[in-house]
Amino acid sequence: MPERRVVVGSKVGLHARPAAMFVQAAAKQPVKVTIAKTGGDPVDARSILSVLALDARGGDEVVLAADGDGADQALDELAALVARDLDSEG
Amino acid sequence: MAETLSGIGVSPGVAAGPVAKMAPPPVVPTDVKPSGDAETENRAAMDAMRAVAHSLEERASRAPGEAASVLAAQAMMAEDPTLASKVTDGVQAGKAAVTAVVEAFGDFRDMLLAAGPYMAERVADLDDLRNRTVATLLGVPMPGVPDPGHPFVLIALDLAPADTATLDAERVRAIITEEGGPTSHTAILAKSLGIPAVVTVHGATGIAEGETVLVDGTEGTVAVAPDEATVQQALEAEQAKLAALKAVSGPGRTSDGHPVQLLVNIAGDKDLATAAAADSEGVGLFRTEFLFLDRPNAPTLEEQQAVYQRVFDAFEGRKVVVRTLDAGADKPLEFVTMPDEPNPALGVRGLRTSRRHPELLEDQLTAVAGAAGASKAEVWVMAPMVSTKAEAAAFAEQVRGHGLASGGVMVEVPAAAIRARHVALACDFMSIGTNDLSQYTYAADRMAGELADLLDAWQPALLELVRLTAEAGKAHGRPVGVCGEAASDPLLALVFVGLGVTSLSMAPVSIPAVRAALATHTLAECRGLATVALEAEDGRAARAAVRDATRG
Repeated sequence: MPERRVVVGSKVGLHARPAAMFVQAAAKQPVKVTIAKTGGDPVDARSILSVLALDARGGDEVVLAADGDGADQALDELAALVARDLDSEG
Repeated sequence: MAETLSGIGVSPGVAAGPVAKMAPPPVVPTDVKPSGDAETENRAAMDAMRAVAHSLEERASRAPGEAASVLAAQAMMAEDPTLASKVTDGVQAGKAAVTAVVEAFGDFRDMLLAAGPYMAERVADLDDLRNRTVATLLGVPMPGVPDPGHPFVLIALDLAPADTATLDAERVRAIITEEGGPTSHTAILAKSLGIPAVVTVHGATGIAEGETVLVDGTEGTVAVAPDEATVQQALEAEQAKLAALKAVSGPGRTSDGHPVQLLVNIAGDKDLATAAAADSEGVGLFRTEFLFLDRPNAPTLEEQQAVYQRVFDAFEGRKVVVRTLDAGADKPLEFVTMPDEPNPALGVRGLRTSRRHPELLEDQLTAVAGAAGASKAEVWVMAPMVSTKAEAAAFAEQVRGHGLASGGVMVEVPAAAIRARHVALACDFMSIGTNDLSQYTYAADRMAGELADLLDAWQPALLELVRLTAEAGKAHGRPVGVCGEAASDPLLALVFVGLGVTSLSMAPVSIPAVRAALATHTLAECRGLATVALEAEDGRAARAAVRDATRG
């Protein structure tokens, strides 16, 4: 199954606004994407509560995974989003 | 015949309107029998969650800026696919819809709490969502701030921080609570929004939905079902009073010209424009906690400096008193607060935090100094929760070591007030935080509504400590301010000035009334009022006696 390992770029981590932006982007993908902290259990990337409960902080590495048509493109897009410092933009 | 209830007025102003009551959270019955039809139960649960999400989205579309994003984030939670599948699993295991909903929410609640204390607000959002979903399923009134679709007077047991994000200041004409106290969230919120409010009104929640009430947030009274002429008269008198207040402007001074700086309290850089536009001589209390709350690690130097810079630039040419991080007690921080302090209000909080984390204070002072150097504001810095002369001296020295001109201390611990002669010598100024000083003087938790009488800033023991501090300041040529909410009470402000206080800091909305009160009394009259207050036997008597003296 295709995967991407990426370091969380937002200083506040995947919380508050960055978490909401990530979940909204995941919901737009044609395939189901999961997110996990390295070594942890993967959760549905469209679930805001699961993403918040992951408690991924700035600088933590997370693993995104997906399967099926368009999986690679979806992963690239979401990985790029996670790597950005979403909280200091706009 | 109209009935009048009374309580403690915590936010000035007069308003009338129909009552809308905040329903309490629904009680989940423990004996719900599942219908046995998992599909019906599941449909009921999904319909309820969808209805709650829709109503939040609808409210988000009407709400202004910050409130809209809070509501939208909450709507996302209501539509969470993993939450929905947990509920479905529950009903398929034979549970009733409401039981499955409560359990699914409970699972996520535990997970968020496990992630850390800075998740507290998300947990509050989640609890609110669960209550709304349960209320929908049970067909009971929706909890939270009501939305009758027209302006109203809000009646609640008390308001929680989570309720306040969605409070629409345009629609809420006044706030009445059965509990709460002068330093409750309700009081602080109402004052910051400029909404008249009366707290600890016994019998308030018994007033009928839709009944007209006339609220006086200055006097602390609530008239139930007043006749139209009374309402008209009260509103006109209020208009006339507001017009009179507007007629006085400029720096605060007594009628015989004794200057008293009038300053504003700010807690962030959000309402900076409003705060800066107020007719004041600057900021008497710039709280910096907002930079550190709800995050897993401390803000960087650059991040802090940018925020301080924005505040200093907004107050160019005026004074800004920055209070260094006041973490602990009711403001726990993930990266600072010890999880299991037996008594956080008496624990490692305020300046004491720097015993464990000297780098936090050092970074903050570096950021403040950087921003101050690049701005034209007169920047003073003070530390919260100082208890001894040694702490005051070390802090003032550290502040000056960063090239900042003025380092002072908050007087919130009785020990600092009792030894103010010594503390004053060790630093450049003192600022009295009346909320914490009264909590520690009277050994009464400031959030305990039923102890509101002890927390009353009119209590003579508190006034004695203010007197000691002000006299010590005068003896050593150090300014002494009051930056607690108490400074916004025009009568009490006169007493503070009489006791020797040199500046008063408050919410911007409170300044005009305090300025007008000062302008009609001489310094000698203020001193006389201070003596009257100190002679009284308790807070209620002190206020009544001073009120009588000003009328005489």
